[in-house]
Amino acid sequence: MKIMRKASRSKVITYGLVAIAFIIVQLLISSGNISSSLQGQLVPICAYVVMAVSLNLTVGVLGELSLGHAGFMSVGAFTGVVACISLESIIPFTILRLTVSIIIGAFSAGVAGTLIGIPVLRLEGDYLAIVTLAFGEIIKNITNCLYVGVDKAGLHVNFLTDATSLNLSEGGRVIIDGPMGISGITKLSTFAMGFALIMVTLFIVLNLIDSRSGRAIMALRDNRIAAESVGIHVTKYKLMAFATSAALAGAAGALYAMNYSTIIASKFGFNTSILILVFVVLGGLGNIRGSIIAATVLTILPEMLRQFNNYRMVIYAIVLVLIMLATNDDNLKGFLSNLRNRLLPSNLRKGKKGAENG
Amino acid sequence: MDKAKRPETKMVPVPSTNLVPERDVDKLPVLEARNLGIEFGGLTALAGFNMAIGRTEIAGLIGPNGAGKTTVFNLLTKVYQPTHGTILLDGRDTNNMTTVQINKAGIARTFQNIRLFSNLSVEDNVKLGLHNNINYGMWNGILRLPAYWKGERRAHEQAMELLSIFDMQDLAGNRAGSLPYGAQRRLEIVRALATKPLLLLLDEPAAGMNPSETAELMENIVKIRDTLQIAIILIEHDMNLVMGICEGICVLNFGKIIAKGTPREIRNNPQVIEAYLGKKKEG
Ligand SMILES: Nc1ncnc2c1ncn2[C@@H]1O[C@H](COP(=O)(O)OP(=O)(O)OP(=O)(O)O)[C@@H](O)[C@H]1O
Ligand SMILES: [Mg+2]
Repeated sequence: MKIMRKASRSKVITYGLVAIAFIIVQLLISSGNISSSLQGQLVPICAYVVMAVSLNLTVGVLGELSLGHAGFMSVGAFTGVVACISLESIIPFTILRLTVSIIIGAFSAGVAGTLIGIPVLRLEGDYLAIVTLAFGEIIKNITNCLYVGVDKAGLHVNFLTDATSLNLSEGGRVIIDGPMGISGITKLSTFAMGFALIMVTLFIVLNLIDSRSGRAIMALRDNRIAAESVGIHVTKYKLMAFATSAALAGAAGALYAMNYSTIIASKFGFNTSILILVFVVLGGLGNIRGSIIAATVLTILPEMLRQFNNYRMVIYAIVLVLIMLATNDDNLKGFLSNLRNRLLPSNLRKGKKGAENG
Repeated sequence: MDKAKRPETKMVPVPSTNLVPERDVDKLPVLEARNLGIEFGGLTALAGFNMAIGRTEIAGLIGPNGAGKTTVFNLLTKVYQPTHGTILLDGRDTNNMTTVQINKAGIARTFQNIRLFSNLSVEDNVKLGLHNNINYGMWNGILRLPAYWKGERRAHEQAMELLSIFDMQDLAGNRAGSLPYGAQRRLEIVRALATKPLLLLLDEPAAGMNPSETAELMENIVKIRDTLQIAIILIEHDMNLVMGICEGICVLNFGKIIAKGTPREIRNNPQVIEAYLGKKKEG
């Protein structure tokens, strides 16, 4: 009972944190107190938060290393945009079309995650890291050679040729133009949509962790042999975590892509995968709130540091090291909580404790 | 445990030179191992292992270090697939079954080197033992549908009841890895019992416990058998515990059974004494 309350209190704090951040940013926007470059970053920040939270499900909660999370983002981005363009006449209402496209992106990435997971998650050791690394690169290269168009007859797909051989009828439109990616995207993604996607992601991930299936996933991480000895099916729960993680990355990809007018495959390469992994590691493995904060801070930071131009990356690196210490070092954590106890007035602390017990 | 208080069980032979308690002889043995064996590379870790366990028997598996005792448990639970022999669980051939299927079919175990889910709470460890008894799917959990609330409430109630076997309800919220050694061993037993086994395998349950903890554990093992009416095989180096509560004992040395019998028979068996104390020197 105590544990249940603790878990739900922690969840409320996480939702509250995101909601408050959203409201503050909305207020800043409406009062015109936000730089246009930061405003342009809002949707990408939301997408990266979803990426980090979903990768944490694989790396922190399941305990498997994935080095190709951007590959799933790519699958979601391209299928999402293709769906969005194809559905233009069928669903004129843009928010609904965006939502449907995000769901389609999530679904495709989830399918891709399942297809990779079925053979690989049976194996032990670092195979998943290697295969996901390869997957990310393969997806990038496939998308670079992919030509997709739409006309009255429906979708046309071609591989390794060029756009003209799609043989589109009159009024048809090329959607994916090989290495040129997709251009002329209608920017449908909004900050509000990004906020909604973060909330849905948190709802799925936090409730999953705090349920029978999530317990089984964490049991695999803590001790696979013991988990099997109490009848927990290893592959099933590994796949559940991995596919959920992939699907959420797909949703983030669709949101991200529809924030730009042009999107190309190389945007979702190895560097992006590593960037997301850095968010997760810095935020703390298994620490969902940490992932959210790390993704937000580290996406904004390079923008904020622009004024330091030449020293920008040096400062960025120093901040990375400091965050890593603050979130993962026990001594420093202890120091910070001591500091907090000393700074907070004691009556406030008591009140908080009382609330905890009640 | 006072030996005088507990009369020695009369053991009777069953086919294939095995012994089970007289009260269990009319029922199918819960476990029967026939000619079980395994080799690791060139090393024969176990060979020609025969054993039958009565449905409510407490059996002991003893022998010097490296004799192959843990290997027997690993074969019974299919951590290793045996290279020879058959295992019948409740009369069913377990050939080609996996560890997960073996657990569902009725064997639960603890580990010599404790294997808890150490980052999870004590209660969650027990709930993981209940995993296949309280079933609701992933989406019921995510969407917090009624099946989730019902399942979790039942899981909580059953976990608390199981923890009460060892008076551990107060520890429910603690991190399993933070418990003292003895409590970790007890939690492993509770987690195993949560899977509702027919047969419980305990690998050195008293290791690292002090004498009073061990005495309490002995009481509790007997209590578990009496209340749940299940069979228990325990590996143990503490001879007071083994001789005090085991009804049938099987002695292994170098991967072979060297003696089988009641505690009294085993205590007086010259081969067993030799295996433990070394061969008496002539002259
Ligand atoms: N996976 C393995 N690979 C190779 N050899 C193994 C393996 N598992 C066990 N053995 C060997 O089998 C023999 C029996 O080991 P086992 O762990 O069953 O002994 P034990 O009777 O449980 O000893 P202890 O009392 O020390 O726990 C040992 O010689 C051991 O080295
Ligand atoms: Mg052993």
